[in-house]
Amino acid sequence: MTKSAEAIFMRLLRGVYTEPFAAAQDKLRECARNDVKNLVMKTKTILQNYLFVLPAVLIFSIFYIYPFYKVFTLSLCQWDGIARFDFAKNFIGLRNFIELFQDKIWWSAMLQAGYITLIALTFQNALALMLALACDRDIKGGNIYRVIFYLPPVLSEVVVGLVWKWIYDGNYGLLNYWLASIGLSNLVTDWLSNPNTALTCVTIIHCWKGFGWGFIIFLAGLQTIPRQLYEAAKVDGASSWQMFKSVTLPLMAPVFILVSILTVLGTMQVFVLILSMTGGGPGYHTEVPVTRILASMVRSSRFGYACSQGIMFGAVLLAVSFVQIRLSKYMKQA
Amino acid sequence: MLSLFIIFLSVFLVSCGPNAQNKEQVKSIKVWHWMSDRENAFLELAKRYEKETGVRVNFELYAPSDTYTQKVRAAAQTNTLPDIFGILGEKRDFASFVKSGYVYDLTEEINKDQGSWKNKLFAKALGVNEFEQGNSFEVKPGIYGISIDVTNIQMLYNKDLLQAVGVDNPPKTWRELVEVNKKLKAKGIQGLVSGWGETWMIDCFASNYAFNIMGKDKVLDTIRGKVSYADPDWVEVFDLFREMRDEGMLASGVVTMVNKTAEQLFANNRAAFAFNGSWCVNVYKGMNPDLNYGAMLPPKVSDRYPMTIWGGAGSSFMVNTKSKETQLAVDFLKWMTDTPQQVFLSKETQGLPSNKDSLRDIPMVLSQFASAMDNTTHPNVWGVSESPLVIETFDKGIQSIIIGEKTPEQLAREVQKVKEREMAKKTVN
Amino acid sequence: MKEGMKYKIERFLKDSVIHILLIIVSIGCLFPLLWMVGSSLKTQQTIFSDMSIFPKNPMWGNFYLAWTKGGFGIYFLNSMLYTVTVVFGIVIIASLAAFAFSRLKFPGKNILFYMFLAAMMIPLPGSFVPLYVLMTRLHLINTRIGYILCMINVGLSFSIYLLKTFFDKMPVELEDAARIDGCSRLGIWWNMALPLAKPAIAVIVIFNSLNVWNEYILATLIFSSKNLMPLQRGLMIFQGIHITEYSLLMAGMTITTLPIILVYLIMQKHIIKGITTGVIVG
Repeated sequence: MTKSAEAIFMRLLRGVYTEPFAAAQDKLRECARNDVKNLVMKTKTILQNYLFVLPAVLIFSIFYIYPFYKVFTLSLCQWDGIARFDFAKNFIGLRNFIELFQDKIWWSAMLQAGYITLIALTFQNALALMLALACDRDIKGGNIYRVIFYLPPVLSEVVVGLVWKWIYDGNYGLLNYWLASIGLSNLVTDWLSNPNTALTCVTIIHCWKGFGWGFIIFLAGLQTIPRQLYEAAKVDGASSWQMFKSVTLPLMAPVFILVSILTVLGTMQVFVLILSMTGGGPGYHTEVPVTRILASMVRSSRFGYACSQGIMFGAVLLAVSFVQIRLSKYMKQA
Repeated sequence: MLSLFIIFLSVFLVSCGPNAQNKEQVKSIKVWHWMSDRENAFLELAKRYEKETGVRVNFELYAPSDTYTQKVRAAAQTNTLPDIFGILGEKRDFASFVKSGYVYDLTEEINKDQGSWKNKLFAKALGVNEFEQGNSFEVKPGIYGISIDVTNIQMLYNKDLLQAVGVDNPPKTWRELVEVNKKLKAKGIQGLVSGWGETWMIDCFASNYAFNIMGKDKVLDTIRGKVSYADPDWVEVFDLFREMRDEGMLASGVVTMVNKTAEQLFANNRAAFAFNGSWCVNVYKGMNPDLNYGAMLPPKVSDRYPMTIWGGAGSSFMVNTKSKETQLAVDFLKWMTDTPQQVFLSKETQGLPSNKDSLRDIPMVLSQFASAMDNTTHPNVWGVSESPLVIETFDKGIQSIIIGEKTPEQLAREVQKVKEREMAKKTVN
Repeated sequence: MKEGMKYKIERFLKDSVIHILLIIVSIGCLFPLLWMVGSSLKTQQTIFSDMSIFPKNPMWGNFYLAWTKGGFGIYFLNSMLYTVTVVFGIVIIASLAAFAFSRLKFPGKNILFYMFLAAMMIPLPGSFVPLYVLMTRLHLINTRIGYILCMINVGLSFSIYLLKTFFDKMPVELEDAARIDGCSRLGIWWNMALPLAKPAIAVIVIFNSLNVWNEYILATLIFSSKNLMPLQRGLMIFQGIHITEYSLLMAGMTITTLPIILVYLIMQKHIIKGITTGVIVG
């Protein structure tokens, strides 16, 4: 529009204009009006675009951002969760965080959660991958297996904790019952009270519950790989291992990244399972960050400290996820 | 697709609607509680109360106790507490509630009419909910809660299992206990079972023996910081656990056991001894009505000081200061602790009433518990409280001794270190 | 030919080994479930002494008892109501937002999106009390709508992330064609994006149904009236402070697990396709 206004001015300048001055002015005004109309349209569009995200952002701000802000301020205070809260009176600055850095139990809880996560990343996902590969081979009953393997994630963690606790029980447990009946009674121990086995046993249960998710995602990923690639490789005389290495692995790389990110996020935050199986014991052997936060909040009535633990935990998870995403971008390029 | 959308919208709108809680003319009070096993008994009592007085009592259950605690604390923050509620946790939490003005002071009501309400109840039942003159929490002295039952925690012994190894009378001293356990072990019978996965239970056991070994004053002085946890008397307390471990006196898995599991084991004749509270009578009855057992004080180690057990108020209720019906609430609590209701509760829940005149027709074992009420004490009546970090180090440390990861001396030094750190913090604040 | 035979035998052996592995894992998966069902048929006294999976005298009455004693009737309806509304709400709200993040332009788009992502990575175990205080001030406490909004928030981040990734895969040409035909943005979302995203939506449906159905803590905190409580609340009745009625508890848990298994069975066909097309290549 401005271009035609420019043209009119050019004509004016050249002294060659066939229209009266007033008409030219009208044309200019119309161009300007159209410019404004365009701007108004654009703004309206953008505002309407915001409407799309408005409900989500609204709910998110109310139910996440505000509590997060509160937790953040509380982490700088000393409060038992009961007394009337006065920010000025209870403010202690970064003292909670300083104490947290020196809290050996907190960091060992982190390490323990990390141990569970590591095992989950390797064994759980390896199992899921193996089963997915197995089901991918067009074998009979593939559908039934798909359903069965997804059952553990569906169960509530409370149920899982209870049932497995009975299995593991030192006195009544089925595991010991079977071990004894097949003659391995020297292995009988109290699985959940023995400091050497407690954490690993809990880990096994967590993996048992979690592999269903990995299985489904891997299977889906495998099913997107075109069969022709495999056929071509077979014609070239590749063995199963070579096919896996050259066809499956590269095409499944993004899937592996996705599953590993979800695994880390999900496993580090485990706690209901721990509470229903060992309560964090024996001693501190099965404590994880979230159980520590709950202990600070409810048992010790140190709300401010619990909030600082929560913030620290979030920071660690953020850092780990960031590293994972970076790794995935790097691997995609490779 | 559109039809589904409309259905969704209508459902959404329906859920937006006000929850029809008709404003009735009937006076009512709300009670929040956490005792799932007593829900039916409470509902029955509420019915009776409404018949007698026309006041409706709404009992609402929120379980488990951790969730209940969170809910009560959250409600306190927003001044939406019900008329009657309970405060679970340590005395320092109770103190915090009182200082923040959430709890109605019952002292006047208790002492009215020459203390007619007060005299109905066991003294021990009142002590736990009372703050005395000069208490370390700086709470205005008074009584702030009422308990509807009393409990204490003792040792139980399985008569049948003991007889199977030729023991007719339960052990009265620690030496005897160790000897009996040797016989039990020879026959493959497990010794002591208790919910020591719940750290407070370990704390209780240790505290009982601490009182027995060094006496109440020294224990309280340790909490005040005047005596060190590395003192040989404390090491002797920790050493008891080491001895239990070395002699194999404990049932396997005791350190991660919750009390409920311990109760199952004892009820099913799988252990000769148990360390549990008077509520166990009801539990054992449900699991194994033929269980042949008795209650006794934990076998003493020393004769210098008496063996003291933990006991006192069981479950207590407090009145909300901001309630619109404080008098109604108080009246209801008075009624609940009155003899007929206490007898009912005691029978329904097989527990000990807080009302002195209500001990009728109770099973033998329960009366054994009742007779021990004079030997009881409770951290909530000591007037001083230990810092939670020290308690945690103490309890979890004993778990470590039981699994053989620490020695008594190590733990004593560790606890003392944490104690000194906590004491230093207090002076800084 | 000999080689053909050898290949067939090899293949047969491989398949058998795989089958054995699959069966072993299946037993491991099914066993706790069967045991839960079996335990609900035992009595309180025999539950720890009876080692068999299926008791000789099954107490089918336990299911009825659990239902009535646990007051499951109203809790069941509540749970269904919450699950349906929350899932519906998330599908609509998350897909609108994901569509905008994927297809529309507006300033601050990236910041907002990363905010949602970050929420997935920063859990808030301690946020119950501030949330409670906030909801009380907004008069949302002890209301159905309050709980529903809360649960919608819980599932938002993951759902938006998943859907955005899926929408990114949508061919631009189709969208341009629709726009040339005069379709509004809302129209594109409704008529094109949503139907194409059906598999991803199935994933979100099952994921959020699971979350809402099994949720307990928020429900106990937010609700004070019994008739608003969901199913998990009914289970708590059986777990007393001192006495747990195990067989009834197991029966109750069986009842609560069945509907979720049903939802999964219905949705699982879509799930495979969903995770295929959407999230993988991203």
